[in-house]
Amino acid sequence: MSELKRTPLRDFHAAHGGRLVDFAGWEMPVQYRSILEEHKAVRRAAGLFDVSHMGEVDVRGPEAAKFLNHLVTNDIAKLFPGRVLYSPMCYPDGGVVDDLLVYMRGIDDYFLCINAGNIEKDLAWIRGQAAAFQVTITDRCADYALLAVQGPRAAAIVQSLSGAKLGLVKYYHFTEATVAGIHCLASRTGYTGEDGFELYHAAGDAVALATAVLEAGQPHGLELAGLGARDSLRLEAGYPLYGHEITAEISPLTAGLGWTVKLDKGVDFVGRAALVAEKERGGARKVVFFKTGDRRIVRADTPVIDAAGATVGRVLSGTLSPILNEAIGSALVATAAAAQPLLVDIRGTKLNLQLVKPPFVELKKTSA
Amino acid sequence: MSNIPADLRYAKSHEWVRAESDGSVTVGITDYAQNSLGDITYVQVPKVGATYKAGDVFGVVESVKAASDLYLPVAGIVLAVNAALESAPETVNRAPYTEGWMLRLKPVDAAAAGALLDAAAYEKVAG
Repeated sequence: MSELKRTPLRDFHAAHGGRLVDFAGWEMPVQYRSILEEHKAVRRAAGLFDVSHMGEVDVRGPEAAKFLNHLVTNDIAKLFPGRVLYSPMCYPDGGVVDDLLVYMRGIDDYFLCINAGNIEKDLAWIRGQAAAFQVTITDRCADYALLAVQGPRAAAIVQSLSGAKLGLVKYYHFTEATVAGIHCLASRTGYTGEDGFELYHAAGDAVALATAVLEAGQPHGLELAGLGARDSLRLEAGYPLYGHEITAEISPLTAGLGWTVKLDKGVDFVGRAALVAEKERGGARKVVFFKTGDRRIVRADTPVIDAAGATVGRVLSGTLSPILNEAIGSALVATAAAAQPLLVDIRGTKLNLQLVKPPFVELKKTSA
Repeated sequence: MSNIPADLRYAKSHEWVRAESDGSVTVGITDYAQNSLGDITYVQVPKVGATYKAGDVFGVVESVKAASDLYLPVAGIVLAVNAALESAPETVNRAPYTEGWMLRLKPVDAAAAGALLDAAAYEKVAG
């Protein structure tokens, strides 16, 4: 087994009681005190997450925008400097290579944030697709660390450490700012459904920034939060996780991410033909979100059955919502079966899936 | 470091057993077990009156991470279960040896609990 990769905060996590586990080849804190308590702290006040394992890529050159609009399904033309766009990027068959954030820093100057587990695959894919464009792709993964400060108190906490007017930075916008004396790309984005910032900064500054945010945040109720809470928060918000709700076999349309697929953006992007065909004929399967009214967690890969007991799908993600105190999850089911009662068998107990349009809880992510 | 009270007996599968003065035994899971599981989200305990052999599965404990079977270290008939765990399973994390108890049993063999691991022996298992 190869050695686990470490973020600059590995020792910081260990010193703060983080329980370190292997996540996509990275040694990351799954929790500090309690996944459930960290989750609730983010919904109530704020949480500080180390997400430095995420990958960063510079895309620069006279055809950067043209290239990106070929690469991703959403419409890059909507961007302007300081604006962030969420998008899947697809294979020609419509399956998803990865989902990513695209930051426009300036004309011909873009920045991508990609999933940790997909960095090598994505870089190879992006470089392969870029060959025909006047564009330079630069791997910046080792240069950046990334801290996410999330929750209703997050903006106040980050603002207390910065002279920049961060209140002017609206949801899915970003700015360059000094936070705790450290130069950051401060992005009003996140993966929890709460308001907050994601702070990209030089890897060598990560311990100083994390220490400053933790100290400034504790009077507000901020807690260190691990990847366990990150996963339950994103599922409660109804956000997809690559490898679960979106994969090489699950297209963004199947996953319910049609709003990120701009078939009419005027560019023949990778996967467009397959996605047009899927939209015209209707997908054979769809991703649904559910709750059960029961505390037993419905785990990934649990078969979904119909009233007659026939398998009509499988669970993609499942956890206990610490806010609802019941099991929530997502499943991939035959479209034809989705209108009928769906059930799972948990150790001999059949539970009805109550389909829910996420988010599962009320979120207040949009900044004023 | 996990807490291993000296007055209890233990199974290698991380349940504890306390011999009560009335001849019954109380059963729960150890501090090591609750810590390994992480946040406990669900505890399934049996019905009062159920009878078990030593080593039988008597229930399930679930955490955010995984679901694990619970094994009964001694044979007997269930006298009482901790119904409070149904709505507050996290009690097992907070107080595994006291409020987080799982069931009380009338043992078939009054001496069976004494044959389990003592604290020193269990410390080697959970060390």
